[in-house]
Amino acid sequence: MRRYFGRKLLIYLITFFLAVTIDWLIPRFMPGNPVQNMLARAAVRPEAAEVMYGYYTEAFGLDVPVWQQYLNFWNALFHGDLGTSVYLFPQPVSKVLRESIPYDIFLLLPAILLSWWAGNKFGAFAARTKRLDNTLLPIGYILTATPYMWLGILLAWAFGVVLDVFPIAGAYSFTMEPHLSWLFVGDVLKHWFLPFASLFLVGFGGWAIGMRNMIIYELEADYSHYMEALGAPRKLVRKYAFRNAILPQITGLALQLGVIVAGALVTEVVFSYPGIGYLLLAAIQNQDYFLIQGCFLFIITGVLLANFLIDIVYVIVDPRTRRGMVGE
Amino acid sequence: MWSRGNRGISLILLVVLCVGLIGSWAAGQVYERTETLYVSGAAWGPPNDWNPFITWSKANTTGTIGFLYETLFMYDPLSDEFIPFLAESGEWVNDRTYEVKLREGMTWTDGEAIMADDVVFTFQLGQKYAALWFSPMLLGDKKYLDSIVQVGDYYVQFNFTNPLYQEWDNNLYNIPIVPKHLWEGRTEEDITAGTNENPVGSGAYMYDTHSSDRNVWIRNDNWWGNEVFGQPAPKRIVDIRFSSNSVALGSVIKGDVDLSNNFLPGIATLSDKGYVKTYYEGAPYMQAANTAVLFLNTTIAPMDDAAFRKALAFSINVDDIVNVAYANLVAAASPTGLLPALSKYDDQDAIETLGWTYDPAEAARILADNGYVDIDGDGYVEAPDGSAIALEVTCPIGWTDWMESIAVISDSAKAVGINLEDVTPDYGSWNSALTNKTFEMTLNNWANLSNTPWTLYNLLFNHPIKDIMGSGNFGAYDNQELFDLVDALAAVPTTDLAGMQAICSQIQTIMLTEVPMIPLWYNGLWAQYSDSVWTNWPTDGSNDPARLPTTWSGYWQLGGLLTLIELELAE
Repeated sequence: MRRYFGRKLLIYLITFFLAVTIDWLIPRFMPGNPVQNMLARAAVRPEAAEVMYGYYTEAFGLDVPVWQQYLNFWNALFHGDLGTSVYLFPQPVSKVLRESIPYDIFLLLPAILLSWWAGNKFGAFAARTKRLDNTLLPIGYILTATPYMWLGILLAWAFGVVLDVFPIAGAYSFTMEPHLSWLFVGDVLKHWFLPFASLFLVGFGGWAIGMRNMIIYELEADYSHYMEALGAPRKLVRKYAFRNAILPQITGLALQLGVIVAGALVTEVVFSYPGIGYLLLAAIQNQDYFLIQGCFLFIITGVLLANFLIDIVYVIVDPRTRRGMVGE
Repeated sequence: MWSRGNRGISLILLVVLCVGLIGSWAAGQVYERTETLYVSGAAWGPPNDWNPFITWSKANTTGTIGFLYETLFMYDPLSDEFIPFLAESGEWVNDRTYEVKLREGMTWTDGEAIMADDVVFTFQLGQKYAALWFSPMLLGDKKYLDSIVQVGDYYVQFNFTNPLYQEWDNNLYNIPIVPKHLWEGRTEEDITAGTNENPVGSGAYMYDTHSSDRNVWIRNDNWWGNEVFGQPAPKRIVDIRFSSNSVALGSVIKGDVDLSNNFLPGIATLSDKGYVKTYYEGAPYMQAANTAVLFLNTTIAPMDDAAFRKALAFSINVDDIVNVAYANLVAAASPTGLLPALSKYDDQDAIETLGWTYDPAEAARILADNGYVDIDGDGYVEAPDGSAIALEVTCPIGWTDWMESIAVISDSAKAVGINLEDVTPDYGSWNSALTNKTFEMTLNNWANLSNTPWTLYNLLFNHPIKDIMGSGNFGAYDNQELFDLVDALAAVPTTDLAGMQAICSQIQTIMLTEVPMIPLWYNGLWAQYSDSVWTNWPTDGSNDPARLPTTWSGYWQLGGLLTLIELELAE
């Protein structure tokens, strides 16, 4: 068991190091200069422009050789310092992220968990139920093949514009200041619903299809036929099939996390939901090295952490992995 | 069993998150519609700071200068008059000394009095810190303001060595005065790069709250200007950043937003049908805010040839840009590039004899006369030395009006045989190409409405030529005679109209002969408003004096604040 987790942990650490290094490197390959971009609109006399350029290049630590910048970056990271945003100068990146990440979690966690739970339940229920199966299959395929952004735009148009029942932008109304009241909580949930729904629906379709196929596969397995021959009730057979079918779905969740996070980022742009999606887009457009790094750091850490959790869950739910470890 | 566990976990997380999010919020409220003015269109990013000396981000917290911090004067570009603001009066006591008298009895929002030492302190910051934008006038080898002296409680004397009157007048309404008692203890980093949260200012509105898509300002009921200009009616101003034009458009039509300063294509039709109000009832609907100029990189052939540049100027179908790309929301620019408000500095004779209008035949003639002919028969001309010409005209991707405009420019040039493609890089690489002279042709409009033609010429003919042309003359057009004229213009007293006109005329003669860049059209002061809650918006001829309906940063001192003050609640 210790060896298993030790090895996993090592792999995660190496992945983290490589991912963060790439994340540091890529923005610096982009053509252009962030400080020049930042100062371009200051529209001052050339004497002032030159002094300001030197001053702020130094302030961002971009005046030293690239290898030195890289070492400084790791050093600062271990001290919890993510640097200062260029796009949102002079806000520190950590503060910018602190203000947006709650919105991401508020959107992502329920969307991922609920779509996984509901998709699996519904897929298992629908498998081998003729009428449901005939409707579920096409709908599920359409949903899971829909790009997040496109579904978001459709929902915004249908429920925001045509029916006018949900707002299409922001995290809460422009007429309100955050406060604790049912009115405000309702307002927040109303703004949250459409972006949540677009993430939920796409995920739901995928999980339901996957589970339906797995259940059919398991029901054809020898153990199912054997149990049926023994006269086990249908419900019990399906219960065992479900337990076996859920394992690949857990692995699937780990594999899909990156895609879901990417989907959340574009969904946030569609609904101008104040998570890091919109920030990341603006950061890339403005060549904000530090904000890009910070956003990706959050994504990398989140995805790796979730993968690690799923590894642990897998050991708990699948007795065979445990037995395999002991046997080693 | 796992599915049940998951449901439990997700529900618990949801509740924890809700409580966590809500718990961290202080008590707030719902704004009363009849006390609140909703505006949008200024910010291009989340609010980042309230530091009036970080000029380039002020659009995101528009009002930092104007609501919160104030300047000595306001300038009304429509009547070409300076309006005393924090200053009660200001005058040149001799040709090297300018004296300002402050109004008496003004206070900062923390109750301290606004005195002459605040003004002296603010200007002296420029003497101390080279990273402040106005420091070249006080520091270094180009300095021309020698000392700032406090005379009594309310008088300040500025002693110049060699005053650049044009720039000084401009600074009078652009340098924000900050409270000495709160700023004198700050470090250089705080002043040049601090966020200045919970700011204490002197103006009509105070900081209330913000989030990533809005700024909220609350009225300062003790504002000194209440007796001078009157108290603004809206108790709160909510400045909204919309993620897309369609949301902005929907909100203004529904009356959720009172004033939108976004560029919204197709507003002409909506204005004609009465869904929104605009300044003019017909084309161009909007007042002019700045000039869109086609910069040509004169360090690259064939843009180094004045004849080629002139042919290009004749080839561009500006009417198509105005009518098609903008659907009549803008007007074609004078070849001198000066805004209508500054047209008294246009030399009409020079424009008559040397200027250009759309004339493809003339463009083709100039090209042919100067050796630009199609040798290989591909439909495009080659340079006189026989080399092929393939050029690009750029603007940032997503700037839809400019993207359509450069498509028109490309089509126009192709029609006379110039191989010119329109290309849209992302903003960062466009900006780098612009300032590093690696572009070929591009659009730019960074000279705002101003009290002096020097502002535009300082952008167009920024000098000396350096490796990085960060603040103008992006095409690096090098002409010492012209640069000397721009410098001479800066030193003409702003009261000497004839002197200014004489130098402008010389500048324009060179400009129209040499065509270092091509002014094309006037970008509008985009403004569409709704009458449903607030009325008395400025429209052509309805109010006297005329005002600018805008929330853009830098325009509050140009009469934008007075527009607010004159608003009335609808019946």
